[in-house]
Amino acid sequence: MKVLVGIKRTIDANVKVRVKADESGVETANVKMTLNPFCEIAVEEAVRMKEAGSAEEIVVVTAGPEEARQTLMTALAIGADRAVHVVADQEIQPLAVAKVLKAVIEQEEPGLVILGKQAIDDDSNQTGQMLAALLNWPQATFASKITLGEGEAEVTREIDGGLETLTVKLPAVMTTDLRLNEPRYASLPNIMKAKKKPVDVKTVEELGVDAAPRLKIVKVAAPDKREAGVMVESVAELVEKLQNEAKVL
Amino acid sequence: MQTYKAPLRDMRFVLHEMLEADQLSKLPGYEDATADTIDAIMEEGAKFCEDKLLPLNRIGDEEGCTYENGVVRTPSGFKQAYDDFVGAGWQSISSDPKYGGQGLPALLNFVIEEMVCSTNLAFGVYPLLSRGAAALIETHASDTLKDTYLPHLTDGSWSGTMCLTESHCGTDLGLIRKKAVPGDNGAYRISGSKMFITGGEHDLADNIIHLVLAKLPDAPDGVRGISLFLVPKVNVKADGELGPRNGVSCGSIEKKMGIHGSATCVLNFDDAEGYLIGEAHKGLRCMFTMMNGARLGVGMQGLALGETAYQSATAYAKERRSGKSLARGADSGEKADPIIVHPDVRNMLLTARAYNEGTRALAYWTALKLDISTKHPDAEVRRDADELVQLMTPIIKAFLTDRGFEAANLAVQVHGGHGYIAEHGMEQLVRDARIAQLYEGTNGIQALDLVGRKLGMKTGRLLRHFFHPATAFVEAHQEDEALKDLVLPLAKALGKLQQATLVIAQKGLGDPEEAAAVATDYLKMFGLVAIGYMWLLMAEKAAKKANGNADGDARYYANKMKTARFYMYKLLPESASLFLRIMTGKTAMAQFDEDDF
Ligand SMILES: Cc1cc2nc3c(=O)[nH]c(=O)nc-3n(C[C@H](O)[C@H](O)[C@H](O)COP(=O)(O)OP(=O)(O)OC[C@H]3O[C@@H](n4cnc5c(N)ncnc54)[C@H](O)[C@@H]3O)c2cc1C
Ligand SMILES: Cc1cc2nc3c(=O)[nH]c(=O)nc-3n(C[C@H](O)[C@H](O)[C@H](O)COP(=O)(O)OP(=O)(O)OC[C@H]3O[C@@H](n4cnc5c(N)ncnc54)[C@H](O)[C@@H]3O)c2cc1C
Repeated sequence: MKVLVGIKRTIDANVKVRVKADESGVETANVKMTLNPFCEIAVEEAVRMKEAGSAEEIVVVTAGPEEARQTLMTALAIGADRAVHVVADQEIQPLAVAKVLKAVIEQEEPGLVILGKQAIDDDSNQTGQMLAALLNWPQATFASKITLGEGEAEVTREIDGGLETLTVKLPAVMTTDLRLNEPRYASLPNIMKAKKKPVDVKTVEELGVDAAPRLKIVKVAAPDKREAGVMVESVAELVEKLQNEAKVL
Repeated sequence: MQTYKAPLRDMRFVLHEMLEADQLSKLPGYEDATADTIDAIMEEGAKFCEDKLLPLNRIGDEEGCTYENGVVRTPSGFKQAYDDFVGAGWQSISSDPKYGGQGLPALLNFVIEEMVCSTNLAFGVYPLLSRGAAALIETHASDTLKDTYLPHLTDGSWSGTMCLTESHCGTDLGLIRKKAVPGDNGAYRISGSKMFITGGEHDLADNIIHLVLAKLPDAPDGVRGISLFLVPKVNVKADGELGPRNGVSCGSIEKKMGIHGSATCVLNFDDAEGYLIGEAHKGLRCMFTMMNGARLGVGMQGLALGETAYQSATAYAKERRSGKSLARGADSGEKADPIIVHPDVRNMLLTARAYNEGTRALAYWTALKLDISTKHPDAEVRRDADELVQLMTPIIKAFLTDRGFEAANLAVQVHGGHGYIAEHGMEQLVRDARIAQLYEGTNGIQALDLVGRKLGMKTGRLLRHFFHPATAFVEAHQEDEALKDLVLPLAKALGKLQQATLVIAQKGLGDPEEAAAVATDYLKMFGLVAIGYMWLLMAEKAAKKANGNADGDARYYANKMKTARFYMYKLLPESASLFLRIMTGKTAMAQFDEDDF
């Protein structure tokens, strides 16, 4: 079976994100970027399937700027076999990504598609669901365990207040949750090998996809600053403050 | 808490912008070392060190190694980290592909080593020793020994040691007593004791390969009578499988000031089987061919701890509140400001930072030359690069480890009383940093190496590899508006250094003790000037892109320029007082008789 994994390049989780002065978005110029952690989990899961003998080939796909090639390299170093880079310099929203992925999937015909449940930059949590709808495939989102069977898979999902287990027919779209696995550290030989793996470069236009944004960002603002705490002298003072200042009692 | 994120931005600046390190990819054998590969490797290395090695640093310090009946156990987590480390190939970045290595430039290895030692020095010395042992075997041993031992030292399943020191001698190896006598099949039997052997016994690898200095029965006295032997802990059978234990055992491990996670062993050799490496009586020469790499590596340890010290102290100084800012108009309305507002605290932080960034540039610059010295197609270019590396090696070893210790000490000071207690990890940094000034040749010996050997070598040609480009740069940029205020102080200090060099050379010729008496001052002065030159090279690149008000990268470059200024105004001037000390020669010290002490 061929597994296709969609990945996204995002701001590194350790970076202190700053809002642009004109409130049009967050600062990304010269900010450290990495493979979105949920996508990393998706790649890892595919590699484990390959190691277990249930997948033959892993193709990673990203839609993004020139620099996203580095992110593909990261995925190839973890163990994907080859990559498709759909170069897109413009802003590309979840629906557009889903359409791009659909076009690539029609060419590649994978037996399974795995994506991260969301990207840590915009937290949209939409691409997997939209993609499944566009393909008219079953979906299993927020997976914390995937067991492959004959023509179907059993997926444990993280839902509010517990876990849900369902069976989906393959091909299907799955999205990963945090507890699905713990991604490995790429080894040095694999980092070197990644450079020699094939990367197929395409453009959005070549795929015939309309990637124009459908949502308009009105304004991006930083959350209010947390006020410093105060030490109260007595319980009486605390109660007084809770009643009169915080007005919670 | 020790705070550390690999300073990737600064590393990339030095590698790509200052040194244009992807020139290495044009050298035969280094084709893979392109900028994007270097970056990918650095990022993954950073992740490994931050996530796996840093959390073990405190544990290693508190638990230390334990010894029981000849068996040494490393602290909890070290074995797993070691397996992960060698499993991912970090051990063999620049090892020969023929034996399973990645064959990447040594420079890259130094960069990763910096991160490893920043996060866990006690752990880092195990792989460092193995690499040193492998390098020595690769250069000097027979093909049979290479084929048997190198694949295992490269993949980390076996580790290596360097056994020079004995209880009565460390610096003066001419006094070595350990005996070797010819045995069967061309092997030798080795007997005697070694002391202070790092990684002499531990539970990380299946076998330990000791490289041992000993004397043959017909050996001449002194350093010309020392031979080098390979002595495995477990004998290796003809088919390459492990056989019975050899006659090497660990008698005890030392209780010591720092690097508690690193086992420092007494090793007893009792008629152990060993194999000669290189020619009889010429072992010390073999040992010294790998010293360049090893001493540069120890220099990196100083920088590595300096970086962790700086980052930790900075994080603390932004949180800790005490006193109000004295800056005019700076009333924040708070009862107390973060201590980073105080001039004294800033001076401490900036001292550490200016040295860290400057010494990083010097170390990587030298490591780049090390690669050029082995791989460049042109013999003359190779020779010149090698001579520069030889000149800089004692400076990097001693100057960087002294600065690292200083930075750790400053980090304690910034933490106030909280630096002195164990909780924040700052006193550990001080204790750990201290060793680097001692092993691989004490810093005093490095200074003697510089004035006694390197200055006069090839009638001063080594020096010219530094003085010529530095002088040319200064002359070319004296009128450069962007750099002027930085070039002037360096021009002065450089002139004084050249003057001091002449005086030492002249006086030393008649009386070697004159040179020895000022050797440590001279090495420090040289270090200060060399770092100053590095700051100019960095400033030249940064000036074009600096913009103080902008965010992100422009700000990074602006900070480079500011730090360059701090260095030139506040740190380089120490070279002037060193110059005065050098000029007064040996009298103030030599006027004492031994009995006067
Ligand atoms: C934690 C640790 C790990 C070590 N690991 C190893 C290892 O793996 N392998 C190994 O072989 N050794 C190892 N050593 C030993 C280390 O290299 C020596 O301690 C060091 O070389 C100094 O030798 P020494 O202790 O005998 O001091 P000495 O040689 O007695 O020196 C004492 C002082 O005298 C000075 N001095 C000595 N001779 C001269 C001279 N001719 N001129 C001027 N000054 C002089 C020195 O600079 C020093 O300040 C280790 C030591 C420690 C503490
Ligand atoms: C082993 C030990 C024993 C001790 N014994 C006692 C004891 O018996 N009794 C007792 O009361 N205390 C004791 N102390 C506490 C000790 O006196 C304090 O740790 C010390 O005064 C520093 O205060 P601090 O730790 O709060 O550091 P901080 O005040 O937080 O200082 C941190 C850093 O900021 C600098 N700094 C702070 N304020 C300013 C300012 N306004 N301007 C410029 N720089 C500033 C400091 O110089 C320092 O470098 C002890 C501490 C230790 C470690």
